[in-house]
Amino acid sequence: MTFTNNLFYFLSFVAVLSALLVVFSKNPVHSVLYLIITFFAIAGHYVLLNAQFLAAVHVIVYAGAIMVLFLYVIMLLNLNHESETHKSTLMKLAATISAGLLLVVLVGSIRGSEQLMVQPQQVEVGSVKDMGRVLFKEFLLPFEISSVLLLVAMIGAVMLGKNEEEGKNPS
Amino acid sequence: MKTLQGIPLDYYLWLSAALFTIGVLGVLFRRNAIVIFMCIELMLNAVNLLLVAFSNYYSDASGQVFVFFIMAVAAAEVAVGLAILMLMYRNTKTTDINILNRLKW
Repeated sequence: MTFTNNLFYFLSFVAVLSALLVVFSKNPVHSVLYLIITFFAIAGHYVLLNAQFLAAVHVIVYAGAIMVLFLYVIMLLNLNHESETHKSTLMKLAATISAGLLLVVLVGSIRGSEQLMVQPQQVEVGSVKDMGRVLFKEFLLPFEISSVLLLVAMIGAVMLGKNEEEGKNPS
Repeated sequence: MKTLQGIPLDYYLWLSAALFTIGVLGVLFRRNAIVIFMCIELMLNAVNLLLVAFSNYYSDASGQVFVFFIMAVAAAEVAVGLAILMLMYRNTKTTDINILNRLKW
């Protein structure tokens, strides 16, 4: 019990700290690397919550695919230097105050909500076996539709990334 | 209060609220469109974490399936979004969002 508690605190600390560093680091490449640390911490939380399948998928999809895509774009656009122009101090102050107000609202709503009293049944969810059973029985149609969504996204990305000047001046 | 492996559900609520707020702060704070994208991913992950926590709390796999679909949608969103970003960079030679406040080049 105490071990999982310590692990929870450690992972939460790592997640929040690296999330803050994502926001405040000047170099976009550093932001990406800190975001990868955040994602690994969240994957650790998934393992702690008995969601092994989601932890694996999270590491593969986010740390493996999405972050590589981000790094690739940053390298391609040659943004790996601290060239960002900064917002004015007033804007930064306004942004911080707005985010703080949002946090106050969230904290207030969480504190004001009544305690959850549902008695959970001891059913295993989250292993690959159980997730597969649910995914392919109850959620088969959304699963298939999401494949169409990914296909559409791929076609859209290729269409957007295509050089429109191709026909006019062939390289 | 029922606990998840010794951890109260409240703690996950706090953690998710903190991560979500950091994401919102990043969106408001930064001007680089790529970093704003990353902060949106951070917000999605805060919500995902909360969904998994509640799914575990109620022993219902639907929440985890939902997270699975959110991941698929996030992957699609990132692919299209970064393609749009590339297009924007090709036209304006910058990823600063202040360039785009006129909704034209």
